[in-house]
Amino acid sequence: MTILTPKTEAELAEVIAGTQGPICVRGGGTRPGGHVEAETVLQTAALSGITLYEPGALTLVVQAGTPLQDIEKQLTDEKQRLAFEPIDYRGLMGTSGQSTIGGVMATNTSGPRRIQAGAARDFALGVRFVDGTGTVLKNGGRVMKNVTGYDLVKLLCGSWGTLGVLSEVSLKVQPIPDTSACILINGLTNQQAVDAMSKALGSPFEVTGAAHAPEGVDGHPVTMLRIEGFEKSVSYRAAQLKDLFGAYDVSIETTPEKLSAGWKWVRDVELMHGLSGDVWRISCKPSDGPELAARLKADKTLFDWGGGLIWALLPERTDARARLGEFAGHATRVRGAPLTNIPMFHPEPAALATLSKSLRLKFDPHGYLNPGIMD
Amino acid sequence: MEMPIPNASVLARKDRIVAKLSAVLPANAVISDEAETRAYECDALTAYRCPPLAAVLPTTTEQVSAILKICHAEGVPVVPRGSGTSLAGGALPTADCVILGVARMNGVLETDYNNRFIRVQTGRTNLSVSGAVEENDFFYAPDPSSQLACAIAGNIAMNSGGAHCLKYGVTTNNLLGVTMVQMDGTVIEIGGAHLDSGGLDLLGLICGSEGQLGVVTEATLRILRKPEGARPVLMAFDSNEVAGACVSDMIKAGVLPVAIEFMDRPILELAENFAKAGYPDCEALLIVEVEGSDAEIDEQLTLILEIARRHNPVELREAKDAEDATRIWLGRKSAFGAVGQVADYMCLDGTIPVSELPRVLTGISELSKKYGLRVGNVFHAGDGNMHPLIMFDANKAGDLELCEQMGAEILRLCVEVGGCLTGEHGVGIEKRDLMVDQFTTQDLEVQMAVKDVFDPTWLLNPAKVFPLQSSQSRRAGQLAAE
Ligand SMILES: Cc1cc2nc3c(=O)[nH]c(=O)nc-3n(C[C@H](O)[C@H](O)[C@H](O)COP(=O)(O)OP(=O)(O)OC[C@H]3O[C@@H](n4cnc5c(N)ncnc54)[C@H](O)[C@@H]3O)c2cc1C
Repeated sequence: MTILTPKTEAELAEVIAGTQGPICVRGGGTRPGGHVEAETVLQTAALSGITLYEPGALTLVVQAGTPLQDIEKQLTDEKQRLAFEPIDYRGLMGTSGQSTIGGVMATNTSGPRRIQAGAARDFALGVRFVDGTGTVLKNGGRVMKNVTGYDLVKLLCGSWGTLGVLSEVSLKVQPIPDTSACILINGLTNQQAVDAMSKALGSPFEVTGAAHAPEGVDGHPVTMLRIEGFEKSVSYRAAQLKDLFGAYDVSIETTPEKLSAGWKWVRDVELMHGLSGDVWRISCKPSDGPELAARLKADKTLFDWGGGLIWALLPERTDARARLGEFAGHATRVRGAPLTNIPMFHPEPAALATLSKSLRLKFDPHGYLNPGIMD
Repeated sequence: MEMPIPNASVLARKDRIVAKLSAVLPANAVISDEAETRAYECDALTAYRCPPLAAVLPTTTEQVSAILKICHAEGVPVVPRGSGTSLAGGALPTADCVILGVARMNGVLETDYNNRFIRVQTGRTNLSVSGAVEENDFFYAPDPSSQLACAIAGNIAMNSGGAHCLKYGVTTNNLLGVTMVQMDGTVIEIGGAHLDSGGLDLLGLICGSEGQLGVVTEATLRILRKPEGARPVLMAFDSNEVAGACVSDMIKAGVLPVAIEFMDRPILELAENFAKAGYPDCEALLIVEVEGSDAEIDEQLTLILEIARRHNPVELREAKDAEDATRIWLGRKSAFGAVGQVADYMCLDGTIPVSELPRVLTGISELSKKYGLRVGNVFHAGDGNMHPLIMFDANKAGDLELCEQMGAEILRLCVEVGGCLTGEHGVGIEKRDLMVDQFTTQDLEVQMAVKDVFDPTWLLNPAKVFPLQSSQSRRAGQLAAE
């Protein structure tokens, strides 16, 4: 196996232009996707560093191999953050190393705040990347609004390296609000919880996280609603939300350490850390959540995004899609030994699969970049 | 503005094409009479006009599919159209094209408050989407100034924004799914009531593709609960630079208002004459709006006004009631109309990094002197989305060309400072030839390769977005194919 670690975008382009066979593209290696048959591993780790950071314009331009940790530190120093709350996959995947921003964007990885603020792709302002022929390309830019030409930024986000290797990304960042609070409701059934989360998300109180654990840290069901903002506003909204659910066992948590630990627990799916079995991630219409969870009969279940995201731990080699049956949404096999009969990504309807395949051929005519990873 | 030479063979087959279309559509849905097709000869970029071969007004996705199958087989270019409010000439016809208007497809298909979405036919106007959920205190967030007229179809095609996008994002951030018909008539569904794609983000690609990848007939849109209240303040400053610095300080301080709108003196004078909003006499005016309960609004405004005071404002005016609020927004909302009263105008849409506002405003006023054309600036300052309105006289020989040249210089300036040609209006024909200033040949080539995938014969809105020279060989393929 050859490991290539280009240090500049030009080197990256050279390496890809000179390749004779499949390449496995790797950021920090914290979240390997499906299996890639390749003799060559291309690491982006040496494409590292912040190119430009303008806190007053909420923009950050950064090399794709920059560790997420470094970025988060820089942002915190200016009281800013990545609003889409990228997941730290190491605990769930049993991997080590450093997540890179390129990996985060290429997999469109977003945490609990996705439900309100948007996904990683919604905060991507621009990309530079090298396609499968070794051509350096750019799309978007570093401004907040940009409709100049097609939006390939969105297309590259979530393409898992199959359309190109990101060399640089521009991101919109967000100020960190002064305070935060969490409304905790104890003892709800899945159905009650999803109803409650819908009610909260449909309120004017700007909930920025809505999760339900049928088994919380202490083993009992807990539903969590997060609000963030200026102090008076947060306490006002917390009180209003508490009133909304007066009939239930409700409390308000405001201790910063507990809040960040609690939401990290949801974000990183800590419930399933260290447990054997396959991990599935299902995106669905929130109100379908309880029924789909019932069909899954998972060993462990966690609802995020108001019920629209289900994390499920199932016995190894279980085909969650077979258990789910027809539904509107998609199920991704996040963790599990590669299996030919149970692909990682949800099979697409034929017309869309054809389009996706043709797009890949345009960007990577030889099929060198992470071949097969999204099939 | 150069447009491709119409395909003579298509023109010669007009009767046959019209007959075939009439056979699959209800009566009154096919317009081919020369006097009537004039209604579709332009969009809001009125300087350019050309009646289409015919216009069709279907009412269902199946009809759209049937129309496209016919046009595909006959090799007829198709220009999709919503309400025709594009400022970029996105819906401008060619003489050999069929205008496919979705205006009659304006129904609400599903409203779901629990899952916070609405599914509509895309001919529905932007404002009436909010209207459909208003009684339950919900709304659809993207709010272009043209929202009374423009359709969701055009919003999706242009990835339109609006005054409140600073907080809520633009169309692409609020679009959950679409039903789209490909040029060969294939109907596809992308996305839906769930979040994110399970594969490549085709939805993100479709949004903003200016009607070149498919005809979008239905859309699933995210709806939000209305905030408890909203309150604008008006801030007047004695220079553009100071107003620009104030914007930057507000953003840096972590207050994220829902809107920060900017107007400069030329616009203020025209707007004042036209709408009598009672704006103060100043060089630059900001309208800043925040949302929440009364107490929340007070808390945010205290912070915002404190920042503003540090910049020695000429005046700060907070809306005391709904009437005040309406008056504060009145001048802004009628700005385009006010300019239209006194001159023909071209509205540019370049976006720049917020930190470059003062430099670009100075550059624009220098260009205004150089060309001898008046310019007013009214725009979304929070996200750097400029709207210079260049005023000219369409009846004066050479004035339009002068205006175009000046516009091009302004847009190049935007690109030069790290910005882009268009923030929300789209490229259309207007900025088509400037694409080479922002993109390399390869950058454009890969975008055109995307169109090749969705529309291999380049029949959908073919003369837009890409410089004609760049797209020449592909469009020539279209001629050869038929
Ligand atoms: C006074 C005024 C104010 C404006 N303010 C704003 C503003 O604040 N923010 C903003 O973003 N824009 C603004 N605009 C521009 C314009 O309103 C938007 O671009 C709008 O989205 C166009 O919608 P439409 O339905 O009129 O589209 P049209 O003008 O009919 O078409 C626009 C484009 O969409 C394509 N298209 C139309 N229907 C479909 C379909 N079904 N499938 C695929 N493609 C389709 C067309 O081919 C064309 O390329 C303003 C315009 C005016 C005149």
